[in-house]
Amino acid sequence: MIHYLRRPKSVLADSFSRTESGRMSSGKKPFHNQKIQVMNNYELMVIFTPVLSEEDFKASQKKYSDMITETGGSIIASHPWGLKSLAYPIQKKTTGIYWVLEFTGPSELNEKLKIQMLRDEQVMRHMFTRLDKYAVEYNHVKRNGGFAMQDKQEA
Amino acid sequence: MAKNEIKYLTAIKQEKPKKKFCRFKKYGIKYVDYKDIEFLKKFINEQGKLLPRRLSGNSLKYQRKVQDAVKKARQMALLPYVTDLLK
Repeated sequence: MIHYLRRPKSVLADSFSRTESGRMSSGKKPFHNQKIQVMNNYELMVIFTPVLSEEDFKASQKKYSDMITETGGSIIASHPWGLKSLAYPIQKKTTGIYWVLEFTGPSELNEKLKIQMLRDEQVMRHMFTRLDKYAVEYNHVKRNGGFAMQDKQEA
Repeated sequence: MAKNEIKYLTAIKQEKPKKKFCRFKKYGIKYVDYKDIEFLKKFINEQGKLLPRRLSGNSLKYQRKVQDAVKKARQMALLPYVTDLLK
């Protein structure tokens, strides 16, 4: 029984190491040795408390967007949605001020932002979304006022 | 006289049911936006539950994306977790 179990495993390991070495010699360097900062596209959605005044809302928007630009990211678009009613109460509040921000940045940036968001009492909830290439395209078209045709077709 | 006539207890369905299709594949939609609530509402029932693939006709690839989008929308309080009479 043991013998039976061992044999296929060793065969598997053998073949695996062979393919690995094959890949190494094909010219691609292992990724972890390269010191390139990978920039990703992200989207950040924040729900602020509804008690926030207009100036405070703008100030906190500026605070977070500054934080992104300081750490090497860049802001693509910012959409303050304003006051919106929530689908269910969060922290006993039925409304919230929404803010959507598209940006590019290194992946470490999100952790830093997250800590700040969690400490901030004005932020009720936040979410980062990584955008794939289709999402970037979609957002770009949406910003330039596309989709009006498509919506009509579907309706 | 009517020896060859076969009688059924229940009537046979004469018309074929409409073939379902994946609307993402048909219209070439590549990305499901979690912010577009009106669109996501097509894939949930009145209680805010996700419709199964068997009803919505989505392909597996896009059903997964719809799933993620709906769940994200729920997290951000754009869609409710539980309700009645959503539509």
